[in-house]
Amino acid sequence: MTAAQMEHEITLTVNGFAVSERVEARRHLADFLREDLGLTGTHIGCEHGVCGACTVLVDGEITRSCLTLAVQCEGKSVTTIEGISDSGAVADLQEAFRARNALQCGYCTPGMVITASVLLDAEEMPDREEIRDHISGNYCRCTGYHAIVDAVETTLKARAEAGR
Amino acid sequence: MSGDVPSPLTALDRPNSYIGRAVPRPNLKRLTEGRGEYVSDISLPRMVHVVYVRSPHAHARIVSIDATAAKAAKGVVAVVTGAEIAQVCTPWVGVLSHMVGLKSAPQHPIAVDRACWQGEAVAAVVARTRALAEDAAALVEVEYEPLTPVTDMMTALDPETPVIHESLGDNLAFERNFSGGDPASAFAASDHVIEADFGFGRHTGVTLEPRAMVADFNPGTGRLTAYLGTQAPHMIQNILSIHLAMPESAIRVVCKDVGGSFGIKVHVYADEMATAALSKLLQRPVKFVADRLESFLTDIHARDHRVKGKVGVMADGTITAFEIDDVTGIGPYSVYPRTSAVEANQVVNLTGGPYTCPNYKARARVVFQNKNVTCQYRAVGHPIATAVTEGLVDLAAQKIGMDPVEIRRKNLVRDDAYPCASATGLKFEALSHHAALDKLLAMMDYPRLRAEQAEMRKKGVHRGIGFASFIEITNPGAAFYGVGGARISSQDGAVVRLDAAGAVTVQTSATEQGQGTEAVIAQVVATAVGVPLERVRVISGDTDQTPYGGGTWASRAAGIGGEAAWQAGKALRENVLAVAGAILQAEAGTLDVREGAVVDADTGRERMPLTELGRIVYFRPDTLPTGFQAELMAVRHYVPRGYPFAFTNGVQASYLEVEDGFVKLLGHWVVEDCGTILNPQLVDEQVRGGVVQGLGGALFEHCVYDSEGQLQNASMADYLVPMACEMPDIQVGHVVSPTADSELGAKGAGEAGTAGAPAAVMNAINDALSPFGAVVTDMPFTPDRILGALRAAKAAQGA
Amino acid sequence: MKPAPFAYAKARSVAHAVELLSAHDDARIIAGGQSLVAMLNMRLAAPEILIDINDIPGLSEVSVEDGFLRIGALVRYAQAQRSPLVSTHAPLIARAIPHVAHAAIRSRGTLGGSVAFADPAAEMPACMLALGARIVIAGVDGEREVAIDDFFKGLYETAIGPAEMLVALRLPLHGPSRRVAFGEYARRRGDYAMVGLAATARAQGAGLADVRLAYFSVGLNAVRAQGAEAALEAGDVEGAVAALDGDLDPDGDIHASRDTKMHLAGALLRRVAAELSEAAQ
Repeated sequence: MTAAQMEHEITLTVNGFAVSERVEARRHLADFLREDLGLTGTHIGCEHGVCGACTVLVDGEITRSCLTLAVQCEGKSVTTIEGISDSGAVADLQEAFRARNALQCGYCTPGMVITASVLLDAEEMPDREEIRDHISGNYCRCTGYHAIVDAVETTLKARAEAGR
Repeated sequence: MSGDVPSPLTALDRPNSYIGRAVPRPNLKRLTEGRGEYVSDISLPRMVHVVYVRSPHAHARIVSIDATAAKAAKGVVAVVTGAEIAQVCTPWVGVLSHMVGLKSAPQHPIAVDRACWQGEAVAAVVARTRALAEDAAALVEVEYEPLTPVTDMMTALDPETPVIHESLGDNLAFERNFSGGDPASAFAASDHVIEADFGFGRHTGVTLEPRAMVADFNPGTGRLTAYLGTQAPHMIQNILSIHLAMPESAIRVVCKDVGGSFGIKVHVYADEMATAALSKLLQRPVKFVADRLESFLTDIHARDHRVKGKVGVMADGTITAFEIDDVTGIGPYSVYPRTSAVEANQVVNLTGGPYTCPNYKARARVVFQNKNVTCQYRAVGHPIATAVTEGLVDLAAQKIGMDPVEIRRKNLVRDDAYPCASATGLKFEALSHHAALDKLLAMMDYPRLRAEQAEMRKKGVHRGIGFASFIEITNPGAAFYGVGGARISSQDGAVVRLDAAGAVTVQTSATEQGQGTEAVIAQVVATAVGVPLERVRVISGDTDQTPYGGGTWASRAAGIGGEAAWQAGKALRENVLAVAGAILQAEAGTLDVREGAVVDADTGRERMPLTELGRIVYFRPDTLPTGFQAELMAVRHYVPRGYPFAFTNGVQASYLEVEDGFVKLLGHWVVEDCGTILNPQLVDEQVRGGVVQGLGGALFEHCVYDSEGQLQNASMADYLVPMACEMPDIQVGHVVSPTADSELGAKGAGEAGTAGAPAAVMNAINDALSPFGAVVTDMPFTPDRILGALRAAKAAQGA
Repeated sequence: MKPAPFAYAKARSVAHAVELLSAHDDARIIAGGQSLVAMLNMRLAAPEILIDINDIPGLSEVSVEDGFLRIGALVRYAQAQRSPLVSTHAPLIARAIPHVAHAAIRSRGTLGGSVAFADPAAEMPACMLALGARIVIAGVDGEREVAIDDFFKGLYETAIGPAEMLVALRLPLHGPSRRVAFGEYARRRGDYAMVGLAATARAQGAGLADVRLAYFSVGLNAVRAQGAEAALEAGDVEGAVAALDGDLDPDGDIHASRDTKMHLAGALLRRVAAELSEAAQ
C-alpha cells in the first residue's frame, strides 16, 4: 500500500478481533469505530482533541481517536470501552464509578474510564492531585470531577490493598 | 462519600424505605460500559445527514444562494434554502403574555432573507454522509450584503444604533421596573451608600454531547418521530405540531440517553426545527449532529448582563436598601417558547432575596443584538442576582469594618420568620439561612481559616475567604410559563403498574439527562408500593409512552415528578391491598406491602408474595370474588398549588489564593436546604456539578465577541470550561426544611450550586485583594482582569 | 466537522517521504498528528495528500551521538518522558513535557512535529532555542543541519523547505555546570501557554554565563530575550526583568493582554532565575 490513494484497505485488531475494512483516508478513528464498526461507546465531543470523550487505547496507550486517522491504525491493536468492559479488566473501576455516582450523563465516562485505566497499574500510588492531573485532558461537564477522583482513588486503594 | 440521611417525615417512614438512601442509579452500569444510546448513536434505514451552511456575518442580507454545484456533488440528496423550508415550517415569535411588553420578531428555521447572527443557518445540505454533506456545503455559494451589526448591548438602545428588526421599532425586547418600600428615603437615611458595577460574561452550556436530532417522518403512517435529547418532550411535540401543521398525535418525541443538558436542551432550536421539516419534506429520516464549532455558535448562550448595583447600610450593619439597573443582550430573537426575558426578570425578582431589607428598586432592560441568542441555562438569573447582592453586602461590610459573616447574621431573614415574602413579593414557605450559615462555618472551621489567612498574608501570600447566601426558585408551578400562554406543562404524571411476575413498571413524564431522575422515581415508587428497588423499572422520555408532563428543568423533576410517582405508587399499593384483602379475606387496612410481599401490617408476617397475587389477578381472575375487578395500574398527576415556587436556600464559601492574577481554589463548602432529601448522593453530586459550572462562569467561561459580532473563541481549545486540575474538592452539607406542598416535601437541588458559587468566589478574590485596595466585579475573573484591577488600584493610590 | 478528502501515502523511508513531498505541491507530513488532524477536521488545513512518516524505520530513537542527544522525528512525548537518556542529557525537556497538553496527546504527539510545526505557544520550539539545538532536515540532496537560532522564520514558518522534512533534533549534552529551568503560565493545566520560558545557563563561580532565555507565546515564534540574558549574566535579576521591555513585544490575545503577558514574563523570569542559580542539577 504505497500508492497515494483516497481509500485504503486496513487490517487491525479491535477489542481482540481482527478487522479488515476499506476506509477513506480522511476517516478518523472515532468515526471508523462508531460508523463502520458500530462501536458507539467511543463518543465524539469536539473532534479537535480537547475534550477526551473519544479516548481509546491504541497499542495500550491512551489516544484521542478523533486525532488519529483510521488508516494510520493498520496493524495496530485498538481497545475501546466495549472491549475493556467485555474483558473485565477495569470492572472494579467501573463499579466504583457506579457506586460513587461518578457519572451523570455518562457521555464522558467511556473516555474517562479508558484514561483512568492506565493509572491503575502505576507503580506508585498517585495522590488526588496526580489523579486530577492525569484525567485533566478529559472534560466532565456534569460531576465537577470530585466524584470521579473519589472513584479512581477508591479503586487504586483497593488494588493496592489487594496486591499487598 | 454521602451517607444515608434518614428522612424526618413520618409519612415517608415506611418499612424498608428507600427515601433518603444513597442507592446507585439503575442506568449507570450500562453507561460506564459504553452501552448507552445517545441521539448521535442512532442510525435508521434510509437515513441521510444534514449540514447547515451558516452565515459568517453577524448581520447580512442574503442576496442570492447558488446551490448548483452543491446539488451536483457526490452523495447529495437535497440543498434547501430558508424560503423552501418556510413552505413546510412556519416561523415563531418567542413571547409570553405575562411578560408585559416583551416583543420579538418572527424567526424561521433557516434565515429567509437576512442572517442576524454569525452562525445562523442560511441553507441546508442533505447528503448520504456527514462528510459528503460538508463537502457539498463548501460548494454552496451565498452572496451576502453585510449590514451594520449591533453588538454592544450598552449602546443598543442609543438613537444612532441601527434597529435590528424594523417592525419592532427599536432594539428593546423587554423592560421591567420595580419599586418596593421606599428606597429613596432609605438610601437618604443610610449611613453609607455603596455602588458597584457588575459584569457577567456570556457563557454557554457546552454539553459534552452536542445537540443532535434524528427526525423520522414516515409517509406511510403520516407520523414524525423525533429522536431528540430534550428535557421537555411534550413541549417539543406541541411545537413541532404547531409549526409543521401536524396534529400532536402524529408526533412522537423520543428522548434516550442525553449527554448533558443544563438548560441548553430545553429550547426550540431553529436548526432542529429545520431538521424536522427536512424529514417531512424529504420523507425519510434526517440526522443532524451539531459539531462543536456550531455548538458554540448556536447552542443558547446565557448571562451577558451588566448590573449597576447600590446598597445602603447603617453603621451598625443594618442593610437599608438595594437598587439595581440591569442590561442584558439576548441576540437578535427572543428564544421560543420560553423567551429570553426570563433571566433579567429573575435578576429583578431575586436580588436582595435572602435579606429582610424591604426597600428595593430595580430596572432591567433586555436588548437585541447581532450575536447568538441567549436563554435559560442552569440557575437562570440566580448567579447574577446572588453575585450582585452578595457583592454589595460584602462591600457594605468592608465599608463599616464588619466581618462578612456578621453582616449576614444581622440581615438574613430569621429562620423563625416564615412564612414571609420578599420585597418583590416572592413567597417563602420555610427557609433556613441562619442554620445553614452556622453549619457552613462549622464545616469550614472559619476561625482556623481566618487565622491561616492572616499567617499567610504575613508571608506575602494572599488568600481570601468569600461567602454567598442565596435563595433559589425550584418546583415551579404554572407561574413560569403556563400563565404566559406557553403550552409548557407545569404538572407531571406517573403510571405505576404491577405485572404478573411482581415487577413494577413506572412511566414518568419527568426526564433523565444524568441527574438521576429515574433513580429517584424508582426509589419513591419502590418505597410507596413496598417492593425491592431492583424490581422497579422506569420508562421516561417518550411522548407515546409516558404521561403528559413538563419534563426536567428548573429543578422540578424530583419535587414534582417525584411526588406524582409517590402518589401513583401509594395508589397502586392501595389497589394491591384491595386485591389481597379479597383473596385473603382480610381487611385491606390490616395488610401492607413490604419487600414484594403482602404482609400483616401489625406483625410483618408474610401473607402472600406479589408474584402470587399477580398470578391470580392476571391468570385466575375467575377465583376472585364476583364483581371484584383488580386494578394493578395506577395513575397520578401532581402540580404544587400552595406556593407558586418552592424556594430553597443555601450558602457557599470559597477559600482561594491569588497570585500573579491567577486564582487557585483551595476549598469550597456548600450547605443546601432543598427540603426532604430523596437520595443524598444524587443531591450532593448535583450540588458539586452545579458549583463547578458556577466556578466556570466565575473564572473561565466567556463567549468573546469582537465589535463585528464575530465569536473569537468558538472552540473547545479557546472557550475554557473547568477541568479537573483547577477544581477543588467540594464539601456539601444539608439543612432540611421540607415543603408542606407535597407529601415528599422535596424541593429542587440541581441549580443551587451554580447559583451561589460565582458570588462566593468573587467575594473571596476581593477578600484576597483587599490589602491592595483592588476590587473585581467583572466575570470571568481572568488574570487579565485581576492584574488590571491591581494596576488600577496601584495607580489610584499613587495619584 | 470532517476533513476534506485527501490522499494518503505511507513513506517507507526518509528518501521516499522526500520524493513524495517533491511530487506534490500541496502535501503535508503527518507524524503524531495531534495538531494536524485537528486542523484537518476543522478544514483549516486541506492538503491534497498526507505523507505518513510513522512507519519509517530509525526515526523513533533517542541516542547519544557525537556529544549530542539525538531525538528522532518520531519520538513521542510519552516515550521521551520515560527515556533515561532524555532525563540525563536533556533535563530541560523532561521538565517541559508535563506542561505539554494532556497524557493522551503526549501518547502520540512528537517532539519533532512540534518543532517543525513551530506553534508560537508550544513548549518544544522554545526548549530547542534555549538548548541551542541543531535541527536535522532531509531533502532531495540529503541531510543538512540548521542551528536553532536560524531555524524559525515567521509564524508557523521554519527553515524546512517545501520538499524537506525534519528528521531529528540534536541537543548539546547536559553537563555538571549546566543549569536549566522551565516555567509557563496557562489558564488551565495543559492549555497552550499565555507566556512560557525555557532557560539554560552555565554556572560560573557564583554567577551564570551563557544564559539563554527562550520565551514562547509572546511573538511569532519562540524568541530569545537577549537583554535579559545579559543582565542575568551580570547577576542583575531585576535588571533582567526590566530588560524584557526591550526584548519582548507580545500582542495580546483572548487569554492574555499585552500587559498581562509582560507581567507574567517578568514573574517567570524571577522564578527561572532563582532556579538557574540553585545548586547543581
